[in-house]
Amino acid sequence: MLRALLLALILTLPAGAGAVEPDEILPDPALEARARAISEGLRCPVCRNESIDESHAPVARDIRLLVRERLLAGDSDREVTEAVVARYGEYVLLRPTAEGANLILWLAGPLFLLAGLGLGWSVIRARSRAGEAEPLTEAEKARLKDLLGG
Amino acid sequence: MLVELGHLALVLAFATALIQTAVPLIGAQKGWSNWMEVAIPAALSQFLLLAFSFAALAGAFLASDFSVALVYQNSHSAKPWLYKLTGVWGNHEGSMLLWLLILALFGAAVAWWGTNLPLPLRARVLAVQGSIGAAFGAFILFTSNPFLRLDIPPLDGRDLNPLLQDPGLAFHPPFLYLGYVGLSMAYSFSVAALIEGRVDAAWGRWVRPWTLAAWMFLTIGIALGSWWAYYELGWGGFWFWDPVENASFVPWLIAAALLHSAIVVEKREALKTWTVLLAILAFAFALLGTFIVRSGIITSVHAFATDPTRGVFILAIFALFTGGALILFALRAPALEARGVFGLVSRESGLVLNNVLLAVSAFVVLVGTLWPLIAEMTTGRVLSVGPPFFEAAFTPFMVGVAVVLPIGALLAWKRGNLRRAMRTLMPAALLAFALAALVWTVGTGRPILAALGTALGVWIVAGAALDLWSRTGRSGAARLLHLPRADWGKAVAHAGLGVTILGISLLMAWEQEDIRTARLGEAFAVGAYTITLNAVEEVEGPNYRSLMGDVTVERDGRPVARLHPEKRFYPVAGMPTTEAAIDNGILRDVYVVLGDPQQGGGYAVRTYVKPFANWIWGGAILMALGGLLSLSDRRHRVAAGAARMAQGRALPAE
Repeated sequence: MLRALLLALILTLPAGAGAVEPDEILPDPALEARARAISEGLRCPVCRNESIDESHAPVARDIRLLVRERLLAGDSDREVTEAVVARYGEYVLLRPTAEGANLILWLAGPLFLLAGLGLGWSVIRARSRAGEAEPLTEAEKARLKDLLGG
Repeated sequence: MLVELGHLALVLAFATALIQTAVPLIGAQKGWSNWMEVAIPAALSQFLLLAFSFAALAGAFLASDFSVALVYQNSHSAKPWLYKLTGVWGNHEGSMLLWLLILALFGAAVAWWGTNLPLPLRARVLAVQGSIGAAFGAFILFTSNPFLRLDIPPLDGRDLNPLLQDPGLAFHPPFLYLGYVGLSMAYSFSVAALIEGRVDAAWGRWVRPWTLAAWMFLTIGIALGSWWAYYELGWGGFWFWDPVENASFVPWLIAAALLHSAIVVEKREALKTWTVLLAILAFAFALLGTFIVRSGIITSVHAFATDPTRGVFILAIFALFTGGALILFALRAPALEARGVFGLVSRESGLVLNNVLLAVSAFVVLVGTLWPLIAEMTTGRVLSVGPPFFEAAFTPFMVGVAVVLPIGALLAWKRGNLRRAMRTLMPAALLAFALAALVWTVGTGRPILAALGTALGVWIVAGAALDLWSRTGRSGAARLLHLPRADWGKAVAHAGLGVTILGISLLMAWEQEDIRTARLGEAFAVGAYTITLNAVEEVEGPNYRSLMGDVTVERDGRPVARLHPEKRFYPVAGMPTTEAAIDNGILRDVYVVLGDPQQGGGYAVRTYVKPFANWIWGGAILMALGGLLSLSDRRHRVAAGAARMAQGRALPAE
């Protein structure tokens, strides 16, 4: 009895495994590939940092099916994503939009690279000038000449 | 009883840490050497007390003493002994105690081996180290005490999260902590140097090995975590840009920058202020990482502590140590005199570029990790920042690092010759282009990614080999083995980065996936392989039950492997896990996952062919090995060994 109960538990409880089920896959490989590419950018709304492809949650399955439904209806990739965002909110986008305050996020890298390169350049220039700025004094030149046996 | 003694030892260690902070600091300020010397026995006894405390807790776990609340919550009598032991740090309280123990270990190492350091510097370093220990000691005692007892001891425990009952994850936290906390050494040395207003080559010679060791442990820790995710989570991902992963990756990048800039301080006495700043930032980010993981503020797979009082406490520690050090830096950094002079084209300039790229890339990862939090607090927008962002924003920096690395590594100190370096590297460039072109013509998957990754990876590996070769001069191969270990370490670590880049890009470009309902005994093809699910059986494990599949993998009619993917169920924790079965290979992994039984009969089976997957971790091992080789270089060994021997000889004479 306990055995049967445990077996039933194993079969019904969600596991953390990759979660696209065989019955969801579209017969047209090109369309299925598009569905996968779209899914990679969509987050499962109830999971911790998992895309809908990786999640076993029912809502992730709902979104996977929605994506495929819209693709079959002839939507473009962008239209499919917009339809999902309209229903589940901006939170599902794993790639944040480059609008409004998010511009800070996207520009942070390039701007800091420029600042870093500027800073690095100024350090290098200062260090390479420091050498030129300190020519030998007359006494040092005399000593050098002395040492070189001139 | 032992548990109470462990608790007492923890309280005593906290008191010792307070003494270790105050007395030597005052002594160093006033010039009283007997006060400064207090730091040494204090650091050693703090470590011994914490070691005893930790051993007491481990004893309670091994003996399954369920009257201790923590053991009850995280252990079970039927668990294998190894996981009873690793369960000590598989929870918030125990892992913080491990954190503190490792912190004290590093302090004790300076007290023990630091005999050739000037006494005031040693006293100040140990005082700063002691203050970190005191802060975390207070944190553990007041918010996360692992030694609390239950009034009525339960019969059995609630078991450790089954995902953590795994060799890869069992040793992931200790290595990660050795890395995180190892960075405290660079921090303590920097703060001490700022108080003294002096940074010289001797300082660099001390900071570099500690940073190198910390970086090496971080590398191993991160690689273990990534490897675990690969085989345990069930779809073969190796990096998820999860906030908790990023929390360890940011300090790793900064530590990589720091260990390179510390070379410049050691050899050329330049870049001092920058190195001190990096050292402060490296540990600050390690503290921030601890905060992110321990507070659960950014919810993610790993965050198992979600009590806000703890979060606020760690945030206060972070603010105190980062803010304090940065204020000190602003006040005292101008006093650090820059000495070394170098030309525009030189090893130093190459290392400056390395530092800019690594530091900015770390910053990008940090901003991306914190952005959902910042956006929600400031604009109220609830949004996600996931892998697509990090791949787009982070990858260009790594491409940059990969392109300039072999060139910078070949330039001479002070004044280099770019044309000569390029001439030496010509074979590497040709090989990289040739192999990239070859990969391009294969054309499957994502050819651009495959070709770019191949070009960069081969460029770095071949560049590292040529770098070594060019050091032998005319005498050729015979001299190779006599090169300093530091040269070997540099070449091996750099080559490791190249190998990892190769692995990541070829895996991502060429991976094949197959998801289907497999009927028993019916063969199907995935790539070049033929897969057959022969049977599915029920199997009983020590503390779980399992459905185990029997799968044969064939290629061209010849058997390749027999795999046993499992779906496990842990009844005590009430949790199922998936155990993927992997046939490991040098050129590819075959990765099979057993899914649910399907309605019309048969089972869902996921099969992946993952080319070059093991190169990712192979590269990480090479990087860590390079660090180890560098650490064992003669100049470090001679410096440390000579100091101890000198002391040993001096003692009887007193």
